[in-house]
Amino acid sequence: MSKKENKKQSLLDWLGNSQLWKSIIRSGVPRTRRQRMYAILGNVFLHLHPARLPRHAVKLGYTWCMGGLSFFLFVVLTITGILLMFYYRPTVEYAFTDIIDLGEQVPLGIMREIHRWGAHAMVLTVWLHMLRVFMTGSYKPPREFNWTVGVILMTLTMFLSFTGYLLPWDQLAIWAVTVGSNMARAHPFIGSEGPGASLLAIGDINLVHAGSDVRFGLLGGRFVGEATLLRFYVLHCIAVPFIAMIFMAVHFWRIRKDGGISGPM
Amino acid sequence: MVAFQAPCKFMLQYLKDFIDYLSAPTISFTLLTVMFPFVFPPTDWFQKMHKKLGFHHMWTNKGGIAGILLITAFFVMGFLDKNFNIILTKPDNFPIILMTYTMFFFIWLGMKKAYVNDERLDQGKKPDEYHDPEDKVLVWPDLVYIELIALILFTVFLIVWSILVAAPLEEPANPAATPNPSKAPWYFLGLQEMLVYFDPWIAGILFPLFIIIGTSAIPYMDINPKGDGYYSFKERRVGIFIFMYGWIVLWVFLIVIGTFFRGPNWNFFGPFEFWDPHKIEALNNVNLSEYFWVIGLNKPLPTNPLVRESIGILATAFYVFLLPPLLAKTWLKDMFKAYGPVRYSFLMLFGLLMLSLPIKMYLRWIINLKYIVSIPEWFFNI
Ligand code: HEM
Repeated sequence: MSKKENKKQSLLDWLGNSQLWKSIIRSGVPRTRRQRMYAILGNVFLHLHPARLPRHAVKLGYTWCMGGLSFFLFVVLTITGILLMFYYRPTVEYAFTDIIDLGEQVPLGIMREIHRWGAHAMVLTVWLHMLRVFMTGSYKPPREFNWTVGVILMTLTMFLSFTGYLLPWDQLAIWAVTVGSNMARAHPFIGSEGPGASLLAIGDINLVHAGSDVRFGLLGGRFVGEATLLRFYVLHCIAVPFIAMIFMAVHFWRIRKDGGISGPM
Repeated sequence: MVAFQAPCKFMLQYLKDFIDYLSAPTISFTLLTVMFPFVFPPTDWFQKMHKKLGFHHMWTNKGGIAGILLITAFFVMGFLDKNFNIILTKPDNFPIILMTYTMFFFIWLGMKKAYVNDERLDQGKKPDEYHDPEDKVLVWPDLVYIELIALILFTVFLIVWSILVAAPLEEPANPAATPNPSKAPWYFLGLQEMLVYFDPWIAGILFPLFIIIGTSAIPYMDINPKGDGYYSFKERRVGIFIFMYGWIVLWVFLIVIGTFFRGPNWNFFGPFEFWDPHKIEALNNVNLSEYFWVIGLNKPLPTNPLVRESIGILATAFYVFLLPPLLAKTWLKDMFKAYGPVRYSFLMLFGLLMLSLPIKMYLRWIINLKYIVSIPEWFFNI
């Protein structure tokens, strides 16, 4: 196909045949069928995909693109999050004013907006992705386990969003987290006001009390304070994204290993 | 013109009062629950009624447009209303507006496609998604370009949203000033709403845990092999009915209530009502033990908590431990045989736990029941 056109080389073709381009993208400019397949296979990012797909799989109407958008938002949040970390200090003294400075002092200060709205949007896209997977019955064998991995990812997404909610250190933040973390107090056995906690005692000494229960562990104190802010910061910026990335790797790997995208037999 | 304004205003006020009235959880939740099997019919009889009542029109283009217009009309009315406007225009509530639209749209889209496929299957054709397995497309360019375009459009959307709506920032944190109401982030408001009916150890710990485990377990409990890899309703109607009830009514709808209809002291307020912090709601809820001993037998409450709560404990034990085997022997015999003891037990456990929420809601609404089992000494209230 391309032989005929090759007589008059376009700039793109010239570039595509150059040593520089070929050293980076070995397939050259993907024109022939072979080259196009190789463009996918030879690229570490693109080869998440197979080289060829059944027709329905590339239709927006089938996947709604929601899994892809969830992943895209995760990437956007990682990038904007890193930018925010340049300015934000997780201490009671600075957190709030740093957030104000982000909007007022930093040029093009909409990173915080993109990060916050992106986080809300990601919760939504993940939910919608789950709805799509359910409606197409794509959780059925052999994809059962990947659905379970998905549920873990959804839980992590919401936990990421929750830990991030505290960081602006305004009224909205600490009270939302207070309401949320008060639940932990009621955890059976390991929460100080949970059923069974009073059973865990040696004589008169309660092992599980407000200064030793699971809420204390989460908050690093009896109240949402300095230690909580640091804990949530570390969870939000490092621990949970790290775990989420591992599960995403498993999720994507399993899509391929479970026979690629689902479809009618 | 002027002559018309007064009656128009009156009509609008009337409509708003009516919507306020409908929104009360007692009414709206009941309406949704009763309507639900007619909208997502799980059996032949409901299927017939579904057709007869015309609910299948919901999943056509006309139904979709009507739904979007209704939602829009509601929000426009809210936007123009001075009370609802305050709540609707909080920046952090915008995601819920987005959720309302996207949830409706995508449930509609999925069901529409399912109905198209159902019809094809009835005619002996393959589902719409089916293509000759040999006839594949190349990912470059057919998928990569779609992804690129989706990515660009979504980036534009996100940037426009970020420019138009500033991220909220309230007063600096002050541990001494509790806002009223204090709300969790919106995606947890369904759980916070459950706190009205259950203690934190159930609404905040047990339910979330079982929602996660139960959702993870769906593929292992749904043994219906049909409908894999294409949209369909008929082939999976019971599964879709159960999932959608949990998803739409017990999760999304409770979030909407928690966001828009819960004001100071977590009291209910209709969307067009003013959030009056001094609104008083009579709290005259009664424990089952008091119903039994004090009101029923006319005796004082026994001091031993186990004796006092024996009725509630028996009822709970019956519900959790005896009901499943009883059902397995009688009404759900075929199901028990098909599912086997392990799968059946888990299915029952998740199902009964899910049902316990509406059960407790109605016990609260109808007989003002506070706790079925109440042992505050051990923080054990059900
Ligand atoms: C951070 C969250 C998540 C990301 C980034 C993600 C990403 C993806 C992507 C990119 C796909 C490819 C097909 C598509 O786009 O629909 C996919 C498929 C899939 N996802 Fe997810 N997902 C997430 C969460 C979930 C959740 C919450 C569930 C279910 C509870 C789930 C279950 C599945 C299953 C079963 C498939 C295979 C679908 C098929 O073969 O048709 N995922 N995921």
